[in-house]
Amino acid sequence: MSSYGGYAKTALHSAVTGLAVWAGLYLLLTGRGERFNVGGYLLRISPYMWGLYGIAFCIGFSVVGAAWGIFISGSSILGGAVRTPRIATKNLISIIFCEVVAIYGVIMAIVFSAKLGAVNSENGFSSSDYYTGFSLFWGGLAVGLSNLICGLAVGITGANAATADAHDQQLFVKILVIEIFGSVIGLFGLIVGLLVTGKAEDFAGVI
Amino acid sequence: MKEIYFNADAGYLEGVVRGYRDGLITAPQYMNLTQCETMDDLKLQLATTDYAPFLQNEPSPISTSTLSARCTDALVAEFQYLQQNSAEPVSRFLEYITFGYMIDNVILLITGTLHERDTHDLLEKCHPLGFFDTMPALCVATNVQDLYNTVMVDSPLAGYFRECLSAEDLNELNIEIIRNTLYKAYLEDFYSYCQSCGEPTSSIMAELLKFESDRRTVNITINSFGTELSKDDRTKLYPRLGNMYPEAQIRLARADDMDQVKSILEQYGDYKRMILSANMNASSDSAGGSDMSLEDIFFANEVQLNKDAFEQQFHFGVFYSWLRLKEQEIRNIVWIAECISQQQKDKVNKYTPIY
Repeated sequence: MSSYGGYAKTALHSAVTGLAVWAGLYLLLTGRGERFNVGGYLLRISPYMWGLYGIAFCIGFSVVGAAWGIFISGSSILGGAVRTPRIATKNLISIIFCEVVAIYGVIMAIVFSAKLGAVNSENGFSSSDYYTGFSLFWGGLAVGLSNLICGLAVGITGANAATADAHDQQLFVKILVIEIFGSVIGLFGLIVGLLVTGKAEDFAGVI
Repeated sequence: MKEIYFNADAGYLEGVVRGYRDGLITAPQYMNLTQCETMDDLKLQLATTDYAPFLQNEPSPISTSTLSARCTDALVAEFQYLQQNSAEPVSRFLEYITFGYMIDNVILLITGTLHERDTHDLLEKCHPLGFFDTMPALCVATNVQDLYNTVMVDSPLAGYFRECLSAEDLNELNIEIIRNTLYKAYLEDFYSYCQSCGEPTSSIMAELLKFESDRRTVNITINSFGTELSKDDRTKLYPRLGNMYPEAQIRLARADDMDQVKSILEQYGDYKRMILSANMNASSDSAGGSDMSLEDIFFANEVQLNKDAFEQQFHFGVFYSWLRLKEQEIRNIVWIAECISQQQKDKVNKYTPIY
């Protein structure tokens, strides 16, 4: 009953919005506005969580991008190779370009995880630790998202290259040039990830 | 954004279909075929094409009808490979393509039954791509109501019968009307299904189906001159899509002869170009010129549209286009074979070139 789906969605949206407005006005009008403290909330989260999220995004999104690209290219290569078996070996290079994206993610995850360590001080985390946590989060996200999109781009171009190669051999090298430009995007993500976490020191705690 | 998930369901089959397309006969091979002197030469030349496995077991004086049947077997084998290896949504698209053949088979069986032909012979003449389970039961047809209630209601064509249940008895004229009404409902249904597939399938298939619909409109108009089909009935047979819908269809419904049809078609840029080339060639010296009829011009335009469908990747139109190009190729081969076997070599070059 699709008509009820529309009503349910409106009901949900208005309930959530209404709750948020009520909570906000309650805090504001009873003088408790200071309680809505975003900065304090962020500081109460352990920098370990930020750092580990960053590492998870880095390797997770890179692998998703690589796998997505491999299935896009791979299915077209298989289809084209039924009639034109010669394309199978040459077009493995598209698969390799997608795979390289996952390797970027693994390398960065290893580099980031080297900065994690136990904090043995009884005064808690130092501000350098907070910086490390934040920079690992955003650096990891940068690497992961750019590798995801790079994997998609290389995958689609690889599928086009396989199809064109099956039709006319001379087109392969020309489309490979486009693929190379696409795979450079992943490299950009790697470089930015290194730069962002370059100044982050290992976890140490307040000395 | 279709590119990012199209290959999950259809990437392999698209690659296979493009491989089939690469196997279509090219212009140099057509030159060799037209220069054959006998049918055996033709068979030898065809042994280097995709038809080889189907022709090699035929005994040597091969007739045109056997050649046509074996070539169609090759087409059917390739299409059935696609169907067997497909899943939703590709399988639904391929099913839609077969409905056209089912309509032809249904009409063939009804006509044959009314003329008291043998059911076994009729079933052998049916197109294999249009086979559905309850098809042999059609041979007991007497009128349309019975036909629908006993047989068609379980078939995939059930929805297309809605507009022709009012036909009374199955005489020659009515059967053609039934065929065209079914095909009209099928084209409109196929068009709306393709629109629901999203870009780029929708725009590419829209081009192809609109041209098909325009061509059927013109053919129905021309074929109805001199028959007892009324103007209203003619309007009911025009598919409600295409460049000619709705204005030109209203005017074509009132047309009475070829000159009026030509003047209506000249309003549309594409068709004006086609009409002009048909006219010029018909009036030129037929020994030197290429003397193409309107039908040939339509075939040539269809071939061009189908070739263009291969320029884009990640859409379902390649399946439809390949099938149409392959059928055109079989028509070409049969034309060349007929010219050779009847020793009319001056007409052998009037096939529609594809590549």
